[in-house]
Amino acid sequence: MNKRYSQLFTSLEERNEGAFVPFVTIGDPNLATSLEVIKALIDGGADALELGIPYSDPIADGPTIQKANIRALDAKVKPKDCFEILKAVREYNADIPIGLLLYSNLVFAKGIDAFYAQCAAVGVDSVLVADVPARESSLFRDAAKQHSIDAIFIAPPNGTKASLQRVAEYGSGYTYLLSRAGVTGTETEAAMPVDTIIKTLNDYNAPPTLLGFGISKPEHVKTAIKAGAHGAISGSAVVKLIENNLDNAEKMVSEIKSFVAAMKEATKASS
Amino acid sequence: MTKHLDAYFGEFGGMYVPELLVPALEQLEQEFIASQEDPEFKKEFEQLLAEYAGRPTPLTLTRNFSPNPLAKIYLKREDLLHGGAHKTNQVLGQALLTKRMGKKRVIAETGAGQHGVATALACALLGLECRIYMGAKDCERQQPNVFRMKLMGAEVIPVDAGSGTLKDAVNEALRDWSANYEDSHYLLGTAAGPHPFPTLVREFQKMIGEEAKEQIIKAEGKLPDYVVACVGGGSNAIGMFADFIDEKDVKLVGVEPGGHGLSTLKHGATICKGTKGVLHGAITYIMQDEDGQIEESYSVSAGLDYPAVGPQHAYLHSTGRAEYVAATDEEALEAFQKLCRCEGIIPALESSHALAHGYKLAKAADKETIIVINLSGRGDKDLAHVHRVLEQGGHYE
Repeated sequence: MNKRYSQLFTSLEERNEGAFVPFVTIGDPNLATSLEVIKALIDGGADALELGIPYSDPIADGPTIQKANIRALDAKVKPKDCFEILKAVREYNADIPIGLLLYSNLVFAKGIDAFYAQCAAVGVDSVLVADVPARESSLFRDAAKQHSIDAIFIAPPNGTKASLQRVAEYGSGYTYLLSRAGVTGTETEAAMPVDTIIKTLNDYNAPPTLLGFGISKPEHVKTAIKAGAHGAISGSAVVKLIENNLDNAEKMVSEIKSFVAAMKEATKASS
Repeated sequence: MTKHLDAYFGEFGGMYVPELLVPALEQLEQEFIASQEDPEFKKEFEQLLAEYAGRPTPLTLTRNFSPNPLAKIYLKREDLLHGGAHKTNQVLGQALLTKRMGKKRVIAETGAGQHGVATALACALLGLECRIYMGAKDCERQQPNVFRMKLMGAEVIPVDAGSGTLKDAVNEALRDWSANYEDSHYLLGTAAGPHPFPTLVREFQKMIGEEAKEQIIKAEGKLPDYVVACVGGGSNAIGMFADFIDEKDVKLVGVEPGGHGLSTLKHGATICKGTKGVLHGAITYIMQDEDGQIEESYSVSAGLDYPAVGPQHAYLHSTGRAEYVAATDEEALEAFQKLCRCEGIIPALESSHALAHGYKLAKAADKETIIVINLSGRGDKDLAHVHRVLEQGGHYE
């Protein structure tokens, strides 16, 4: 396990808090504003970051994040620009775990090993390839291990015991637990409870679970943590704040910071 | 011990999908394996093919199309199949699998609308709920097919995202499936996509080549020199090639959409000009930029307008067993008209690409040569489009 994630989960446990992890697509709506957005996530109190590299065919994403991808691609954002941003984010904060969430063709295009090497060079802690399931993951896991990057796997709500065991065995850093079927987005709310899956994952000693998909309100975060998750990931709800404020970057950044602060507050036991 | 099928063709293929879809694909694989060992399933499939769809389709020796007395050109008449194209074959197979899995709803994508029409008819016949995703641009290019699907009870959803063509319709169908795999089957329309689709679709299309082989041996007493088929995703071609792959003397030729020409950016020739990557669940040849962003393909024919290709074709290309070439829009349009005039057969624009190359092979023949071309579909759906293109002087856009 990469040390930034383990340090985070240890310190959260000491404080009796869950993790709040926001997601945005790097370069949305453009490079300069995107860096400010990501800094606002950190300033708002995010425990870790989940960041996407824009892709032309994001099949696991609903309309909100699809549009984020399109905005970034329209702004001519390229993977190499995203790595520049990642470097700047790491300079801004040395300790926060940074996860990448992207699609396999972007990794293949660069060459699997070269891609993970580049991640390591800019201080990325984990990589989740949305369209590489555990059964196809061996080359990706090898490259991740080689460069001390955590390989994140998705535990689906329909996972059999065998598939959850595989996720537990292959993953490190954290486990991305899906709250429901479908694609990303707030159109369908998180469908909890997920306690049974969390229990199974814990039995297999899986890395700490973060619940994602349909997490848009502080009560979702609370429910996730009550169900036994170590925290929650929220993507589309954050991206919506970018979309709603495209003509006012200042308001965008301040709304995102407040949203993150409110979601983070909900991770605290006393709240 | 559970049986599995090989998910790869050499280095191509695989199951590159979100973890969520893996159980649905693995269930499909198991159900397919079981169905292949179930005589009742085979019987029902064969009965539907014969009594509903009209198999076997004839093999027609053209009377006037060949430009060279040394070259005989035969057409495998999938245009005569119910639904107007080869698509009906495998759709019936997958619709039966849907019933077998106890699923009640079918999701499908369509480019030219042929797969959508085939899916709609099979769903109407077998009492399945049916939703078709179709690129908005394709809905416009293929109005009559949209109407056909609706007549047969399908819901047609135009997809505006991206390029508004087949690729985007596949994305949307995959998203729908991610949410609804419990009660829905994704009835993929070509021999591409994640495992087990490339294998399953080939197995449900391979009667094309099996029949053609028997028919040509009956007519000529020997195997053909060439077997030619158009390749978009590649289902008609793999169905045609499958039974000839082990016949080493038969040259297999796949014809990709050359659009405005391979030296331009407007084509869909993924094997001829693409590079290795992942699209829609499989490692194969795709059209992409240096960063791995998928590029838009182009063809006068909506059914060939797809920036990836079935992984088995990528494999047959890499081993050299099949040759892949391209025919331009112009060549396809010329072959389209030629077949109409010479034989009284209106071919699909997709198949016209195969006709264009078959014609070239015939012209170049310096000894007796037998060429079998898969006439994968009829051209009625293309009439308005071709009419418009020809009025504009033969150049689309």
